[in-house]
Amino acid sequence: MSCWETIADYALRSQGIGERLLPRTDFTLCQQFTLIGSGMIWNIYFGVVALCFGFFLATAVAMGKAARNPLLRKPAEWFIFIFRGSPLFIQFFFAYFVFLSLKDVSSFFNPLTSAWAGALVVLFLNTAAYTGEIFYGALQSIPKGDTEAADAYGLSGWPRFRRVIWPTMLRLAWPAYTNEAIFLFQSTTLVFFSGFPATQQRGDALYYANYFADKTFNPFIPYPILAGYFIILTLIVISIFGLVNNRLNRHLPQNARQKIKVRPQIIR
Amino acid sequence: MFSFCTDPATLEGFQWLSCYLTTGKHMSMYWAFGTVLLLLAITAPTALAFGFAGASAARSQVAPLRWIGKTYIAIVRGIPDIAFFLFFVIALDQAFEYIRHRVKCPDWEEPVRQGNDFIVCTAAKLPLGNAPQWVHETYGFMLAVLTFAIVFGAFAANVLFGAMRAVPKGQLETAEAYGMNRRQTFWRVMVPQMWVYALPGLSNLWMVLIKATPLLFLLGVEDIVYWARELGGAKQPQFTDYPHPDWRMWYFAALLVFYLCFTKVSEFVLSKIMVKLTHGQATAAGEAQRRAAA
Repeated sequence: MSCWETIADYALRSQGIGERLLPRTDFTLCQQFTLIGSGMIWNIYFGVVALCFGFFLATAVAMGKAARNPLLRKPAEWFIFIFRGSPLFIQFFFAYFVFLSLKDVSSFFNPLTSAWAGALVVLFLNTAAYTGEIFYGALQSIPKGDTEAADAYGLSGWPRFRRVIWPTMLRLAWPAYTNEAIFLFQSTTLVFFSGFPATQQRGDALYYANYFADKTFNPFIPYPILAGYFIILTLIVISIFGLVNNRLNRHLPQNARQKIKVRPQIIR
Repeated sequence: MFSFCTDPATLEGFQWLSCYLTTGKHMSMYWAFGTVLLLLAITAPTALAFGFAGASAARSQVAPLRWIGKTYIAIVRGIPDIAFFLFFVIALDQAFEYIRHRVKCPDWEEPVRQGNDFIVCTAAKLPLGNAPQWVHETYGFMLAVLTFAIVFGAFAANVLFGAMRAVPKGQLETAEAYGMNRRQTFWRVMVPQMWVYALPGLSNLWMVLIKATPLLFLLGVEDIVYWARELGGAKQPQFTDYPHPDWRMWYFAALLVFYLCFTKVSEFVLSKIMVKLTHGQATAAGEAQRRAAA
């Protein structure tokens, strides 16, 4: 079987399209590359969707935590503490079993017991909490002069937030937010190891890498392949976020712009 | 456990619960919390040692040593660490067995890797096939500890490398002016001063290490996640004295609370240590302390 045939059979295997049986013997490099790459579709899906929705909730949570009213502040603080203070791995397990019991209440909750929706909800809340903390930190470090200038221009309420506070907050938070995005993509690999079933062996990249390592008893091929894919993904994330960073900083002189600095990623 | 627990079927409410929570299997689960703490107690210093070695290597004047140190620091960036956990456990196991195989069975002819199998002679197996159960469990646990130490050592190396560079240049130049050589400058001036710069990073790392402990489950150790799944699952009356429906949700809720409390306590202790360490230091925080006291 040539490599092209393998790609045709397995490139969309993680979505259930193509050959049903996974390879069982005589594993080729091509098969490992294709299947692990196919699994990356899930990692990208989880990461991108959770980031897009999480961004808005994070803004709300950060505003909540910075609010003076304790009715807004306390829930936001607890939300951030619960999701940042406990391991994502346990959160996945807990959420999965909560969703399982919700399923008995109403069939409306059925999709939540499968990974595409259930794990997504957990990742969404999790990234919202982490990002919320980053945004809160940025809100606190908005230069006083900026808000005073807004007041001087007679801006208040929504226009003040929309035109002064929000853009400045984003600009200050962006380097840290880039790191958060990278972590989020990496933590998507936990999904299929934490209760959520990989129906018909439709798993993510690590699921397939683990499959190959178990079958061949040779970890030295699948895991480096996985690592390669993730390094590429990280580079893509950095370049996209770098473009946004340039746009956010476009009014500043070159040497005053904040550079994105990638820090080593951290487990949650 | 208690004297009234002899016939669980007759018990009600709180009594039933107190008997249920003290069964032998639950005791094993409580021991598993000890496993987590033991892992933390062994891993934290080991990882710090790995990190210190890595950071010193990255600063070395010998080029190959420097490359090794920098690669060690760089390798954990951009790759999901869970992949490292899964990788190192097999890789270390195979490496140990291979070395023992080479030493113990020098006249073995066949290759070690045959297709999809990894075959070493029986004398080189780790642990030996006839070893008791606890040896297998301890070996698994030690592999997990080593894996944690390697991965977290890389994080710690990164923190310490940054901290070594944060020590003010003037301090090192003064040491040179006193005629100290590189080794003396390193041990007598840089190392004692770097900790205050390293502590924020290291305490962050400690929090992360706490949150990484459930990954023990993936490494095949019978930890709290294992027991929560095991004990929480629905139990039928014919197999157990304490039948109950699926309670895994509550078991994991308990784990969640355990980790939240652990995080809170750690935060508190670390902030105390930070106050101690900044005392009398020439940093902004140290200056603020001095002003507050004056």
